[in-house]
Amino acid sequence: MQIDIKTTDIKPIRQTYSHIARRIGEGKPASRYQEATLDVQQTVNFHYRPTWDPAHELFDASRTKIVMEDWYSFKDPRQYYYGTYTITRSKQQDTTEANFKFVEKKGLLDNLDDAQRKRITDLLVPLRHVAWGANMNNISITDLGYGTAITAPASFHAMDQLGIAQYLSRIGLTFGGPELLDAAKTQWMEDATWQPMRKLLEDSFVLEDWFEVFVFQNLVLDGMLYPLVYDTIVDGVFASDGGAGTAMLTQFMSDWFSESTRWVDAQLKIASGESDANRTLIEGWIKDYLPRVRQAIEPIAIMTLGDDAGAAMAEVETQLGARIKKLGFNIGDSA
Amino acid sequence: MSKVFIAFQTNDDTRPIVEAIMADNPGAETEEYPAMIRITNEARLVVKRETIEELIGRDFDLQEMHLNLVTLTGHIDESDDEFILSWENN
Repeated sequence: MQIDIKTTDIKPIRQTYSHIARRIGEGKPASRYQEATLDVQQTVNFHYRPTWDPAHELFDASRTKIVMEDWYSFKDPRQYYYGTYTITRSKQQDTTEANFKFVEKKGLLDNLDDAQRKRITDLLVPLRHVAWGANMNNISITDLGYGTAITAPASFHAMDQLGIAQYLSRIGLTFGGPELLDAAKTQWMEDATWQPMRKLLEDSFVLEDWFEVFVFQNLVLDGMLYPLVYDTIVDGVFASDGGAGTAMLTQFMSDWFSESTRWVDAQLKIASGESDANRTLIEGWIKDYLPRVRQAIEPIAIMTLGDDAGAAMAEVETQLGARIKKLGFNIGDSA
Repeated sequence: MSKVFIAFQTNDDTRPIVEAIMADNPGAETEEYPAMIRITNEARLVVKRETIEELIGRDFDLQEMHLNLVTLTGHIDESDDEFILSWENN
C-alpha cells in the first residue's frame, strides 16, 4: 500500500500588525526593526499634562523647533532595535574583553616610562567625565524627543557613551588604580585645561531644544573630539611612542564612532531634507557650536600634543567641515 | 535553456536575502512552500553581498546564507562579493 503524505500550506491572514501594515503596505512581512520601531510611542490618551511642564504634553513634538510631517521618517541605517543592538554590542564587548586580557598578559604597557604613562592617562581618564556628559545628553534626547524612530537609537547611543566611560575608567585602573580615577576627577573639576570643556558640557545639560542637543553633542562635539583623541592621538601619536597597547584598549571607541556616524548623519539628512526651515535651524546650531567646541578642545590638544596641537586641530576641523558640507549644510568659513 | 534555483527557509534572516536576489535578478520568480521559499531563474542567479548589506544595514558574510539554505541547482561560482549559480560550463 502506498501512503502519500500531503502537506497543507496555511497562509497567514496577516503578515504583521495593522499599524505596521498601514505604513509599509498590506500583505508584506515586516522586519523586526520595523515592528519594534514604527508608531511604538503613544500619541493619544495623555490628557494630563506633566506637572513639571504644563506647557507641553508628555510626548510633545513641539519640544524642538525642528518640524517634521512624520516623525517616523527618521530611520536608523543600522536598523537597531533591542535585539540587534544588544547582540552587536555583546560581540564587541567580547573583543574588548579579549583585548584588555591580551594587553595585560603580554605586558604591552610595561615598557612605557612614567612620562609616557602620564601623558596617556592625563588625556584618557578625565575623558570618562566627557563620555558621561554625552550619556546625559543622549538620555535627555530620549526623554524629550518625539517618536520611537529617533528616541530608541538615542537611548542606545546614550548606553554606548556610558560603556565608553566605563572602558575609560578601566583604562585608568589598568594603568594605575582607583587613585588615578580620583586624580582624574580632580583634574576634571579643577585643572584649567579641562574647565572650558566642563563648562561647555554642563551648559548643554540645561538646553531645552533636544534637537539642538543632538546637533551639539552627536555631530559637533563628538565629530571633533573622537577623530582627534582616538584617530590622531591614540592610534597615531601614542602608538608610535610605544603605546600600541593603548590603541587596543580604545579600539571600541574608534569602531563605535565610525558606526554611529552613519546614524547621526542619516538623522541630520532626514531633518534638513524635510524643509529649508529645518536646514537653516541646524545650520545655525552648527555655526554656533563649532567655535565653542573648538575652544573647549584646544587646551586638551595642547596638553597632549604641545606644538603639534595646531596642525592636529586644523586637520580634524577640516575633516568635520567636509562631513558637514557633505550633509548639505553651508557653514561658510566657520570650519 | 535550463533553469537554476535556490531555496531558503522562510524566516526573518532570509527575507532580505530573497529581496536582494529578486532585485538583482530581473525575471526571477518565487514559489512559496510551507516554511520554504524557492527562487527560480533562467540560466543564472546571482546573490550580491552589497545588496543584502544595504537592506539589513550591517556587514554581511555570504557564508551566513548557508545557515538557512535548503537546496540549490547549478554550478557555483563563489567570491566574497557574489554567489553565482549558472549552467555555464567554462
